[in-house]
Amino acid sequence: MTATTYLQAITDTLADAMRADSRVLILGEDVAEGGPWGATAGLAEEFGSERVRNTPISEAAICGVAVGAAQSGLRPVVEIMFVDFVTLALDQLVNQAAKAHFMSGGQLTVPLVLRTQGGAGQRGAAQHSQSLEAWLTHVPGLKVVMPSTAADAAGLLVSALADPNPVVFVENKTLYFRKENVPNERDSVRIGRARVVRPGGDVTVVALSRLVSESVAAAEELAAEGIDVEVIDPRTLAPLDLETIVESVARTHRLVVAHEAVVHGGFGAEIAAQVQEAAFDELDAPIARVGAPFTPVPFSPPLEDAYLPGRDDVATAVRAALAG
Amino acid sequence: MPDGTAARLDGDVGLELLRSMWRIRVFEERVGELTRADEVHGLVHLSVGQEAVAVGVCGQLRTEDAVYSGHRAHGHAIAKGAPLGRVLAELMGRDGGLCRGLGGSMHLVDVEHGFLGATGVVGGNVPLALGSALAGRLLGGDQVAVVFFGDGAVQGGVFVESVNLATLWALPVILVCENNGFAEFTPRSAHTNVERVSDVVAPYDIERETVDGNDVVAVRDAFARFLAEARQGSGPMLLECLTHRLRGHYEGDPQRYRQALAADEWQELDPILRLERRGVSDGWLEQDAPARLEQDARDEVEAAVLFARESPFPSPDMTAALVYAT
Repeated sequence: MTATTYLQAITDTLADAMRADSRVLILGEDVAEGGPWGATAGLAEEFGSERVRNTPISEAAICGVAVGAAQSGLRPVVEIMFVDFVTLALDQLVNQAAKAHFMSGGQLTVPLVLRTQGGAGQRGAAQHSQSLEAWLTHVPGLKVVMPSTAADAAGLLVSALADPNPVVFVENKTLYFRKENVPNERDSVRIGRARVVRPGGDVTVVALSRLVSESVAAAEELAAEGIDVEVIDPRTLAPLDLETIVESVARTHRLVVAHEAVVHGGFGAEIAAQVQEAAFDELDAPIARVGAPFTPVPFSPPLEDAYLPGRDDVATAVRAALAG
Repeated sequence: MPDGTAARLDGDVGLELLRSMWRIRVFEERVGELTRADEVHGLVHLSVGQEAVAVGVCGQLRTEDAVYSGHRAHGHAIAKGAPLGRVLAELMGRDGGLCRGLGGSMHLVDVEHGFLGATGVVGGNVPLALGSALAGRLLGGDQVAVVFFGDGAVQGGVFVESVNLATLWALPVILVCENNGFAEFTPRSAHTNVERVSDVVAPYDIERETVDGNDVVAVRDAFARFLAEARQGSGPMLLECLTHRLRGHYEGDPQRYRQALAADEWQELDPILRLERRGVSDGWLEQDAPARLEQDARDEVEAAVLFARESPFPSPDMTAALVYAT
């Protein structure tokens, strides 16, 4: 095992991919300088400015260039500095990248990875803190992955880089510098395969990104109360590994879905809908959703802290599911 | 004043240009009929009157040069080599279409002939061509990328972003603007105070030229100069072709926003008639040749109609199967 961070795992995986495949290139704002967190630190020095390309603040053009490059034989990795800025590139992502394979009758492929990061907790206010992944899962043709650990970040990035489809890779800024032990050999993680993070028999919690570790913390607290919580990290939202979730619900008969995004229209709604369609008879309580309230992310620190869903919200929802 | 270069046009080249323009003209007119007959479906934008741009540009490209286009793309695809029958089958939503019936008129793609595709979102194609040019450079080839767009695309942000990036990175991409004076239903003067697209890009110090886009020889000559430089890895360049969209924005457009050209005005503008007059006066075109060229095109288009009509509709299973590449 090696000690690393979520961020370092991403940097190392990108470097390995660039060493192994000269078609891989990185495009984005300040990427040659490493970006604001250092995800691409050192790559321009090793691979040069042709393959680690600093771009102007032109999200639409950057993303469009990557789509065209992918259609013509390269394997671009685009960095959109904050998921909030994906809004500026949505035509390229939604109308061009996602649909090119389909609309061309299978002639074109777009092997593109769009790395971005979301999440609140750093006083970034409402335009630098959002969780917008649900929008992207609504678009056929895009794959959407959301790793919660360093090992999964590395493993999913390996798979994303090998995928012939556009993959949106949603990181979380508050996870970047957590220390973690990972296996020395970097295994790829198949896109579309969930992970049972903590086995348990009383309630299933399906959690995304930052809420995974929050849910594990809640589960440990609840264990002291004699409540045995199973925590599942889907890791990839599109495609979704429904089977692993339904298998768990068939044992626990209770489901809580937890993410940082606004509950209303969030991806938790999709998980809840799919589970009740597949396993309505297994459910002994209504499916509960944990997430942010229907407001923009507030700036003022006490307000942001109150806004952020966390372990207490998960624990409360689990207790309510058992009481119901 | 004579069209195109003062130099004498090679007769074989002239005939090829005429043949190509006639194929597109007759194809587009037939598509108009088939749209009204409800055999061609959806939103259909014809390029009648603008054939000289497609032909003057694409006729000089290699198969591996990538071409991108917009919603008015039939002529570009055909000029780049897409077979008429497969283009028409696509417009009719058939399995034998270029895209197996999943794209339609605004989303033609023919990878085999280097037509990497049309997009229905105005201006959205421009950065894609930059990416293709970048790939060519990094993968070590001398292919170039070309993108066609209308003057309506120029007022969009992604156009400015793309021009900036293409010049910053000196990409071998040639931007070809078909300035037909109308963005959908509105004259250019109502969208911007900048009359010439070549003036819009002037601050970027991009190589640029505005030509009479209904003079196929002028288009061809200007594009040839840009192409020779792009082959050497230079770029980008912008070629603005002033042209005329003879039909409405889409088939069925009542065109209340403009006066139709009088027949004699169109005779002066029509790129086919202009080249024919020149061919006759230069001596490389016999008096009865135009009628024969037109008839050849009609025969070929009718064969395409038969091909498309005989092609089945795609299987519904294909829809789910093509969401992701495997």
